Amino acid sequence: MKYVDEFRDPKAAKIILSRIAAVCDEIGATKEKPVHIMEICGGHTHAIFRYGLDKLTPPGIEFIHGPGCPVCVLPMSRVDECVQLAERPEVIFTTFGDAMRVPGTRKSLLQAKADGADVRMVYSPLDALELARRNPEREVVFFGLGFETTTPSTAFSIQQAMREGIQNFSVFCNHITVPPPIKALLDDPYMVLDGFVGPGHVSMVIGIEPYRFIAQDYGKPIVVSGFEPLDLLQSVLMVLEQIRDGRAEVENQYARIVPDAGNPASIAAVVDVYEERPSFEWRGLGEIDKSGLRIRDRYAAFDAEVKFGIGYGAGARVVAEPEGCACGEVMTGRIKPVACPQFGKGCTPEMPLGALMVSSEGACAAYYQYGGARALEPAE
Amino acid sequence: MCLGIPGQIVAITDADRMMAMAEISGVRREVSIAPIAQGNLDDVVGKWALIHVGFAMSEIDEVEAAKTLEALHSLGEAQEELHAMQATAQALGGAA
Ligand code: SF4
Repeated sequence: MKYVDEFRDPKAAKIILSRIAAVCDEIGATKEKPVHIMEICGGHTHAIFRYGLDKLTPPGIEFIHGPGCPVCVLPMSRVDECVQLAERPEVIFTTFGDAMRVPGTRKSLLQAKADGADVRMVYSPLDALELARRNPEREVVFFGLGFETTTPSTAFSIQQAMREGIQNFSVFCNHITVPPPIKALLDDPYMVLDGFVGPGHVSMVIGIEPYRFIAQDYGKPIVVSGFEPLDLLQSVLMVLEQIRDGRAEVENQYARIVPDAGNPASIAAVVDVYEERPSFEWRGLGEIDKSGLRIRDRYAAFDAEVKFGIGYGAGARVVAEPEGCACGEVMTGRIKPVACPQFGKGCTPEMPLGALMVSSEGACAAYYQYGGARALEPAE
Repeated sequence: MCLGIPGQIVAITDADRMMAMAEISGVRREVSIAPIAQGNLDDVVGKWALIHVGFAMSEIDEVEAAKTLEALHSLGEAQEELHAMQATAQALGGAA
């Protein structure tokens, strides 16, 4: 229990851990026959490794790392389109820093910048909007990336641009949604999933209702969780207790931040600005129905896809993953990162080959950063 | 990138645009309060909120804010957020 003593409340952690062990015994979960729990959110993946929760919990629990890291699921073709936009002389291409190092077919945004493209890291889409106000002779494009937590920010920014009549601002929309890939994974006959730890901050926006199908249609428990170690342990216990009791429900462990109904103002802004795409491509997962958003026609003036004729639907979409990388299999939980032949060799956080190595929320980067010696152990 | 960081709303800066000054771990930054503003904007002054990419996404209480901040520091996320805020100043400065 090396790590537990670092927790703010080690005593509470130990109590929850012993209860987890007891429920594992009751349901007969062992290393040979483990319960598979998927943490959907990349922030949770990061926290699980940071605090060593996968090692503290009994061997009867296996964590499957979900697709909830927006950078990691960004397909190479989208990065290529970003580079294409950024290389236009009139464009100032603005992006969250996380996306800078994601490899594209030709180059990453960071390399495009080094080659002379005007690529700027911003903290907020509001900063991109400000850049547009200050540079009326340039076209400012913001790379809209992220899940439901982030989508409202670009929706509000587009609404604001419309109110002010700003004509040189547009969003390259690649926003995606959490529930559809979960459904796709549940429909995958190769996946074994017994329960879910649900994302906290996505749920703060959308509430807990969108997960109802997981419990109702698929009979699997899901517990929306905070990202502190005690939150995560508590949520794992709640999932296990549901399994033991034969229940499948949507529970909210993070009610202090997540209202059951979500955030109405944000939901309204998103519905006003965006609509579902018929399908969207996810790195490693392929096309998933209704999993991405596009800008509605009435806001077309702010849609970079329309403005520059670049993007989804134009040209070949699916680009093959780099040679020898196993991102797809890691992404779907079929293998652990260390089983990828490139892990730690051709692919490191400094020189990522696959997107799972780029962000601290990616499973490969988390293994690499916190795995230490254990990352070099033979594949589990 | 989805975790956000707690900040305290200290003043309304532009009521029309729903913008306010927030103090985030000692750094001041203008944020949008559109997600949490209801009725009188001044009501949010003094409140704590979870700030994500420049938007006050959700109101939180002060104790929760302190706990969250501690957890974010331990994950290295707080430093990352503050870093991103600084990077932005550069992006804006670069073209002015
Ligand atoms: S180690 Fe690199 S190439 Fe291999 S799966 Fe992870 S991100 Fe992909």
